[in-house]
Amino acid sequence: MSINRRDFIKLSGLTGAALMLGISAKAKVVKVGASDVELNAWISIDTSGKVTIINHRAEMGQGSFQAVPQIIAEELEVDLNSVKIVFGVGNEKKYGSQITGGSSTVRGSYKHLGQMGASAREMLKEAAAKKWNVDKSTCYAENGQIIHKPSGKKLGYGELVADASKLDLPKDVPLKKSSEYKILRKPAPRQDTPMKTNGTAMFGLDKKLPGMMYAVVERNPRFLGKVKSFDDSAAKKIAGVKHVMKVQMAVFSTTREGVAVVADNLWSAMQGRKALKIEWDDSGFPYHDTTQLYAKMEDDLKTKEGLSYKTMGDVNRILAKSEKKLEAVYSTPYESHSSMEPLNCTAHVTDDACEIWGPIQAPGWVQDDLMNVLKMPREKITVNMTFLGGGFGRKAFTDYTQEAALISKEIKAPVQVVWTREDDTNQGPFRPGMMYKIEAALQPNGRIAAYKFKMAGQNMDHQWPGADKMSYNGSTTEGFLEPYFERMPNYSFADIPLDSPIPVMWWRSVYSSTSGFAYESFMDELALAAGKDPMEYRKMFLGGKDRYLALIDKLEQVSGWKSKGKNEGYGVAITECFSSIVGEVVKVSKRAEGGVKIDKVWAVMDCGWYVNPDIIKAQVEGSIIMALGAATKHATTFKDGKAVEQNFNTYKMPRIQDTPEIEVYNMDNEEPAGGVGEPGLPPFTPALTNAIFDLTGKRIRTLPFDLEKV
Amino acid sequence: MAQFKLQINDKSYTVEADPKMPLLWAIRDLAGLTGTKYGCGIAQCGACTVHLNGNAVRSCQMPVEAAAKGKITTIEGVSEDNTHVVQQAWIQEQVPQCGYCQSGQIMSAVALLKKNPNPTDKDIDTAMQGNLCRCGTYPRIRKAIKTASKLMLAKASAR
Repeated sequence: MSINRRDFIKLSGLTGAALMLGISAKAKVVKVGASDVELNAWISIDTSGKVTIINHRAEMGQGSFQAVPQIIAEELEVDLNSVKIVFGVGNEKKYGSQITGGSSTVRGSYKHLGQMGASAREMLKEAAAKKWNVDKSTCYAENGQIIHKPSGKKLGYGELVADASKLDLPKDVPLKKSSEYKILRKPAPRQDTPMKTNGTAMFGLDKKLPGMMYAVVERNPRFLGKVKSFDDSAAKKIAGVKHVMKVQMAVFSTTREGVAVVADNLWSAMQGRKALKIEWDDSGFPYHDTTQLYAKMEDDLKTKEGLSYKTMGDVNRILAKSEKKLEAVYSTPYESHSSMEPLNCTAHVTDDACEIWGPIQAPGWVQDDLMNVLKMPREKITVNMTFLGGGFGRKAFTDYTQEAALISKEIKAPVQVVWTREDDTNQGPFRPGMMYKIEAALQPNGRIAAYKFKMAGQNMDHQWPGADKMSYNGSTTEGFLEPYFERMPNYSFADIPLDSPIPVMWWRSVYSSTSGFAYESFMDELALAAGKDPMEYRKMFLGGKDRYLALIDKLEQVSGWKSKGKNEGYGVAITECFSSIVGEVVKVSKRAEGGVKIDKVWAVMDCGWYVNPDIIKAQVEGSIIMALGAATKHATTFKDGKAVEQNFNTYKMPRIQDTPEIEVYNMDNEEPAGGVGEPGLPPFTPALTNAIFDLTGKRIRTLPFDLEKV
Repeated sequence: MAQFKLQINDKSYTVEADPKMPLLWAIRDLAGLTGTKYGCGIAQCGACTVHLNGNAVRSCQMPVEAAAKGKITTIEGVSEDNTHVVQQAWIQEQVPQCGYCQSGQIMSAVALLKKNPNPTDKDIDTAMQGNLCRCGTYPRIRKAIKTASKLMLAKASAR
């Protein structure tokens, strides 16, 4: 397995720093179509003036297909609605990192993308000035044209692009101030919407190729199990079935084995799979189950100090002598990503080339992996992007693409490998289930004298071949508000890695999705112990931090925190991850039939510099609903070495009737851009359980729980 | 294997299929209409929703032989150019995120509004509860159905 492990760790451990793009964009004439002229990696214009902008990132719902062009169009001075947006193929030399993870698309590249738009505009301006023989400073760009101010003469971009493309790419063109924006920070309707309302958006599963075969694979449900033997005689009798073969794919440092049935149509392949008789070899490894995994984590939290990530002062000494102490243990489940589009990949491998189509979050990693597996140079491996029917981190992994490429190679034909919903639900990689123990010593005034945090659970980085299993988890404090560190004289953050063959992978907001629950539940417990209002208590740790105080004030104001009614429970939580801060307030009340119901959720997002406020709202709404599922609806459990949940009848995701009213606000400031797709998720669950505590006095420390049974 | 004549979006398709093949695969792989999606295969998610004689059905659970005599409508038949009020409302409210479930959502919403042009929140929840969305577009689906209802009533009164 040759995925760039360093990149994986860099991304998975990414909290404060933005991703860097290493791109050398050269402005040399490259003809991309009959009349298209490429001005740089992202922008080409044809001689009629039609502008094409590349979205180099995966579009899985989070809005890169709109956000990337929106940034470029602002500086390029073109009408966003007349721009054609196309996916870039995997090419990291051209675009820099294309790994769509860590909420990184905008925050990692907005300045560069703005620069691409601005430098192309300056080249067009220079070409016009030369043509008119006037000074460039007397020209300006507007709506796809260069205009000579004194004379009012105009030339369209299409008339200038050929000349412009011969010019040198200007460097460090100043970008617009936000007060000058015409397109940015506006709720411009997404251009992929009409394709998604009439069925024309092409997802991975919609790819068809001449002569394409369909395959489904019966994989060993025990992650370390092998295929001992199989009988394919019945399968081969099914009309349409062409091949049955043993297949394998790398899953981190393990190998997953299965039997593939290849047919000329998907239904036949599925019928063939049902007719297979497989004998598995399940010897030589223990069968894990959920109870035993959590017992181990609980024991680890009791008996081990863990791998230290961040410390200050002497926590143990203060805790030992402190009079007022608090301790709590929190538990969060494993989860399946369960994108609505199940995993699938279309591959066509020939003797000297490989082409891939599919819902793929990390085209560069697919290339890295296939170079090694197929022994082919990078330039022979083309990875085409389709729309992704959800990703949430799962589709950044490369097991499914490798498996499809190997099947295509073997049958010497293009093949689409389709994972059924059951395969998608029970094979992982999963979000790791984590347990937490937090202890704190309180001063008489409620301030924290010492804070000791331990996290037990699988470390995603430890799965790679040759990984140092004694390395600490670099994401241990993900979700924790940065200013809190400054207000705690003694602290210690550590993790105790759980060694398990269960494959685990980023799940929307990664470690924050579980750690945020522990951090912000405990904050509430501390506030109670200190006898303070939870909102006021948090403010004690944010003095002088204007950005945080502005957010908390907004949250207090929009939620009506101070004017809560008699039979209402209010809870708050604020987390920080992927360079964005999000605060949420949940309001709950008692159901007549028993249990509680969520009446409303308020969210305030501060992602700094931003592109499209409506996409931000949509992402926060979606994050809240995904969190609601993991808090109150579903979990992946294991028994006898296998995942128990198989489909949506047992992995029950939230439905429309479970959805509370949600109100989202976006802060307007000039801070560096932060992530949008993930940071809205972590605060929801602790805000909910804090609200339930406020209403009922019942503290929920184990997820998931049933709202109706509270 | 048998031959079936399918009436999809007022067009006739002759397909060769195992009679037990779910209608979903006949629509996607034999008729080549890929707007209808596979989500779960057990009628739990609604991504495969189409209309059979005007009623919303889960095509993953309906054998092709059972649908052969009926009139089938898929997302492509709602309108290709997004002129249907439900599609317009979906665009106005910017409902889709990843978009994968939206064909099914729209088919359920169209069927609901045909029977009940002015649905309450409760009516919407009941009619749409079979359609899952992992992106969490539910708040906007609610809004869009109300918008579509308004657009529809405005159209009717203009006539």
